[in-house]
Amino acid sequence: MMQSLLSILIWLPIAGGFAVLALGTHRAQQARWLALGVAIAALAASIPLLTGYDAVAGTMQFIEQHRWIAAINANYHLGVDGISVALIALTTFVTVLVILGAWDSVHDKVNQYLAAFLVLEGLMVGVFCALDALLFYVFFEGMLIPMFIIIGIWGGPRRVYATLKFFLYTFFGSIFMLVGLIWLYLQSNSWELSQLAALKLTLIQQSWLFFAFLIAFAVKVPMWPVHTWLPDAHVEAPTGGSVILAAIMLKIGGYGFLRFSLPITPDASQHFAWLLIALSLIAVIYIGFVALVQEDMKKLIAYSSVSHMGFVTLGIFIALALVRVSGNKDAAYLGVSGAMVQMISHGFVSGAMFSCIGVIYDRMHTRMIRDYGGVVNTMPWYAAFVVFFAMANCGLPGTSGFVGEFMVILASFQSNFWIAALAAFTLIIGAAYTLWLVKRVIWGDVTNDHVAKLKDIDAREALVLGAFAAMTLLFGIWPEPLTHLMDASVKHIVDQLLIVKAG
Amino acid sequence: MSFSLHDLYLLLPEAFLLFATCAVLAVDLLIKPTQRGITHWLSIGTLVITLALVVADRGPADRGFSGMFVHDAVARLLKVFILLVVAVVFVYARTYLKDRKLHVGEFYLLALFATLGMMLLVSAGSLVMIYVGLELLTLSSYALVALNRDSPLSSEAAMKYFVLGALASGILLYGMSMIYGATGTLDITSIHGLVSSGVGDNKTLLAFGLVFLVAGIGFKFGAAPFHMWLPDVYQGSPTAVTTFIGSAPKIAAFGMAWRLLDGALGGLHPHWGEMLAVLAVLSLAIGNVVAIAQTNLKRMLAYSTISHVGFLLLGLANGTPSGFAAAMFYAIAYAIMSAAAFGSIQLLARVGFEAEEIDDFKGLNQRNPWYAFVVLLVMASLAGIPPLFGFFAKLMVLKAALDAGMLWLAIVAIVFAIVGAFYYLRVIKVMYFDAPVQKGELALPQDIPLRWVLSINGAALLFLGLFFGPLLSWCYRAMGAG
Repeated sequence: MMQSLLSILIWLPIAGGFAVLALGTHRAQQARWLALGVAIAALAASIPLLTGYDAVAGTMQFIEQHRWIAAINANYHLGVDGISVALIALTTFVTVLVILGAWDSVHDKVNQYLAAFLVLEGLMVGVFCALDALLFYVFFEGMLIPMFIIIGIWGGPRRVYATLKFFLYTFFGSIFMLVGLIWLYLQSNSWELSQLAALKLTLIQQSWLFFAFLIAFAVKVPMWPVHTWLPDAHVEAPTGGSVILAAIMLKIGGYGFLRFSLPITPDASQHFAWLLIALSLIAVIYIGFVALVQEDMKKLIAYSSVSHMGFVTLGIFIALALVRVSGNKDAAYLGVSGAMVQMISHGFVSGAMFSCIGVIYDRMHTRMIRDYGGVVNTMPWYAAFVVFFAMANCGLPGTSGFVGEFMVILASFQSNFWIAALAAFTLIIGAAYTLWLVKRVIWGDVTNDHVAKLKDIDAREALVLGAFAAMTLLFGIWPEPLTHLMDASVKHIVDQLLIVKAG
Repeated sequence: MSFSLHDLYLLLPEAFLLFATCAVLAVDLLIKPTQRGITHWLSIGTLVITLALVVADRGPADRGFSGMFVHDAVARLLKVFILLVVAVVFVYARTYLKDRKLHVGEFYLLALFATLGMMLLVSAGSLVMIYVGLELLTLSSYALVALNRDSPLSSEAAMKYFVLGALASGILLYGMSMIYGATGTLDITSIHGLVSSGVGDNKTLLAFGLVFLVAGIGFKFGAAPFHMWLPDVYQGSPTAVTTFIGSAPKIAAFGMAWRLLDGALGGLHPHWGEMLAVLAVLSLAIGNVVAIAQTNLKRMLAYSTISHVGFLLLGLANGTPSGFAAAMFYAIAYAIMSAAAFGSIQLLARVGFEAEEIDDFKGLNQRNPWYAFVVLLVMASLAGIPPLFGFFAKLMVLKAALDAGMLWLAIVAIVFAIVGAFYYLRVIKVMYFDAPVQKGELALPQDIPLRWVLSINGAALLFLGLFFGPLLSWCYRAMGAG
């Protein structure tokens, strides 16, 4: 049981998804309960993963290895370190909330909607535990089809445009990575990530590979200037789709940098760290300003996601600059840890923000800020949650949003004062656009009849938002369990950064 | 020329197919038109028994009829898939032909003779045998395209196919004659030896022969710039015939290309490798870009075929056993995907509704979720999205291209793969995101074998995507690649 735990975490939701699909479109209620059951079972299966993982060792654990395709040496090789465990737990947790969130808000082809999310869950878990590059790629690309369908069927008015843009952008990015991976395979005759990391490569070779990986992961994160698919996809996606996109799929980009770019092309990563740091800062500041002028709530949160994910890439690449230039391992470690904490925290906070928007969208069927005003008067409980998540989104101490950003800024200070200063600037912009959003939507007098007729959240919605809030608060006040989980694994990654591969 | 009993034994599956086809012909003459089902099942039975004979014969590689006929692992593998795919095509065809009053014995008989041609083609040991096999295949195909003789579109397609096909055969034959002139033999193995050792005394003649051969192969594959016939023939033929032409013959065309280029002219790889690379780039570009503009699904799939041929040529251009294995794997994968794609069109087609416009698939997901899912699998597989079969076929040919040091070619291929993804996605978009034109359940033909085989064919794309290892190993073993 324990030795095939990862396989269970991958294949249980996928099999469950097909079972839900087989129920047919007419048995909506059964589909909901079955999907919820499968999602809870997957969440339950991730508990032994959390408890059974030896965080002190920080090595790859729960290893499963089987021959997959003998002719090309590909293996079904799974394993997790602290980083993967945290992201897998996030995935199973958020999926349950997404399925609960869709309970009353999706009525069209319910079984297909839920099945798509369950299949997606399995594929995302697969991405986080694949140790074979080909297997990783299969999971990585496989995610596109369910997401394409989720946005395309249940999305808003411009859904077809948005979903095609999403698909083609991501496809465009990842296919260059495929060429890079095949090239690596031909050099090493193996798809094993550990083997690829051990391969000696010249700086020129590393640079080509670095950019092949960069296109794939930068589109996924997304980094400026390839972020433009995200606002469209987020705005048009149904609530659940936005939550999964923001909470988990974007993390796969950051995860990819840690698993592929840094270990396989460390020298090129160092060589181009300045570029990535610059792009991250542009994302953090410029996209922050862009968020400020949005009139659509979802778009605002989407841009805020790009801006927050800028911290993740900043943390990762500032660490590289630090450890390679000044040998400051502690600061580098702080940077990568901060990036990871930021990823997990952003998973909860952005997921919660999109869920909040979904709650009022279900009632009002508009996302325009100008259609709202004084929601607190009719939905006090809801307003309390929104204000809390807004605080977390601006990075208020005591919420998880603060911890990661603080760690990254602290690490940046040890590299360059100005980088840190610019990054810290985001706290102001973040507060500005988030609080202004809250002011316009939540506070003030009731502006129109529709708002006056709003009903406060029911128990199910309270459960979803409450669960998000509990996690945000928990990791804000007590990030220790999270950092402890990832500590040794992050140290391991930072140690690896010192290895110079170019001969 | 003399031959022994042993030669006949090697030819057993082909001999059986020939005699059984003649028997089916005789039976078909005697039965009433209403009993055409008998011909249908007898034809499928013939293919299944032939398949069993091919599979059962595990003898070592051998040559018969003074080297005319080659019996080796590659021929066996190709024959297995040719027979399998043709049998599937027959299952798909029945209801479609019946509804259109085209359910005649000629369809089965011509297709069986074409199958015999394909089997001889992939087993050819001499240039003459290649030509004979090819002509048996193509002459039957011309007639099949004209099956619906009252349709002007169909007749026009047959005419175009015949004129261009005959031209291609002429070019091929001309090339062969030059090769013969340069080496003095028609035997493929002897040519290989002479060319490799540089004894083939007239280099210019050999080079000219090679160019003509490559052009002929390009014609038969439908590689750009020799692709002109393909869209019209695919669109103009009855869909059942398009399914046939679009699937198994691609496997046979691979066999022919391999026998000629590697078998006979392996020593000239530096030359034909580059020619194929050029054909590959043109096919990828023309196929993928023009497909975007199509509104007719059959025509779109025709252009998509051209682009897939481009991918297949990446593997061939590599010129090593592992490259050929990749190309062979691609040809088989493509034949399976193509059969499923055209099979879906036949399933949805009714009298007066050909289901061949992309818009005919509007809202299919609401009217029949299962077959919408099958088409989704087919399209995603053609687009090369993992974990479907088509992705791994592309992976193997990209690997072959990179292996041969043709990084630029691999990059061109993937850029056009992205372009290609768009038009496959459009079909998925139409099925899943658009509202249906008519409401209610879709009335599908009550043809249980058709429904089941199509479902299995679609599911196989997913299954083979996850477990294609054995098939790939088989291709590698047959080619003798490490």
